[in-house]
Amino acid sequence: MKSPLDPTVLFQIGPVAITQAIVTTWAIMAILVIGAFAVTRRLNLRPTRWQAALELMVATLDTQITETTGVAPAPYRGFIGTLFLFILVANWSSLLPGIDPPTARLETDAALAVLVFLSVIWFGIRASGVGGWLKSFATPNPVMIPLNILQSLTRVFSMFVRLFGNVMSGVFIIGIVASLAGLLVPIPLMALDLLIGLVQAYIFAVLAMVFIASAVEGGARTQPNADLALYPTKKDP
Amino acid sequence: MDYALLASIFCAAFAVAFGAIGPALAEGRAVAAALDAIARQPDAANTISRTLFVGLAMIETTAIYCLVIALLLLFANPLLA
Repeated sequence: MKSPLDPTVLFQIGPVAITQAIVTTWAIMAILVIGAFAVTRRLNLRPTRWQAALELMVATLDTQITETTGVAPAPYRGFIGTLFLFILVANWSSLLPGIDPPTARLETDAALAVLVFLSVIWFGIRASGVGGWLKSFATPNPVMIPLNILQSLTRVFSMFVRLFGNVMSGVFIIGIVASLAGLLVPIPLMALDLLIGLVQAYIFAVLAMVFIASAVEGGARTQPNADLALYPTKKDP
Repeated sequence: MDYALLASIFCAAFAVAFGAIGPALAEGRAVAAALDAIARQPDAANTISRTLFVGLAMIETTAIYCLVIALLLLFANPLLA
């Protein structure tokens, strides 16, 4: 059985090995960029069908950002939206025969998590300055400094292991069932995989947004556990 | 006899087996609570089921961590290299 951790090297550029995941990532990036460019090239007050679909996506994104964190969506729309769309398309790319989703590779997920980590720092510094950002580690009191630093690392780590584990286990289980039972048997599992891919993309984007929002709010209000703060406004009365 | 190999195979199986117990119980409780909530307030079914799916995925992640550990033991074990 092939290890899900070994990369599939397609070809080499000098000393750099180009794996299948990288080529798939390039293809997805090209599709997203060209698609976005083609749709937004002629924007009109009377939207065409494609423009209406895009507007629906952006509006849904804005609503989700506002609902989950209660901040104005404009500065975060681009990053969070790109993150969500990329992970969604990457998860669903396993539908094409012969293509492994790049998110089933540790490297892609680690890169995405590093992006989130850096963007949390960037938005935090932009909102409250370097001093305010450093001071946010000392909330509620300076005893918590090591714990806060540890938390900011581990939550990103858990985020990328979550995405990797979910997508990889889907691909892995489909491979096992297909080799044990036959060609058409894993179809229900693939349908479940579609749902898991959507939910994981949503979770990744929402968690990134929650982390960014907690950094932006800074010392004013700390989020002790971001996982629990997913739906702060939706408690039953 | 290679004891490190045997031990890592057994540990991989145990990791998945015992790691699945907690999330299974938790998912059962979560679904039961969500069904209860939907039965009380059918109007809020959309919000409840969306929150339920996200919560289930979060809970399931615990089991997936165990699966990742098991696969690390089987395929990327530093002791067997």
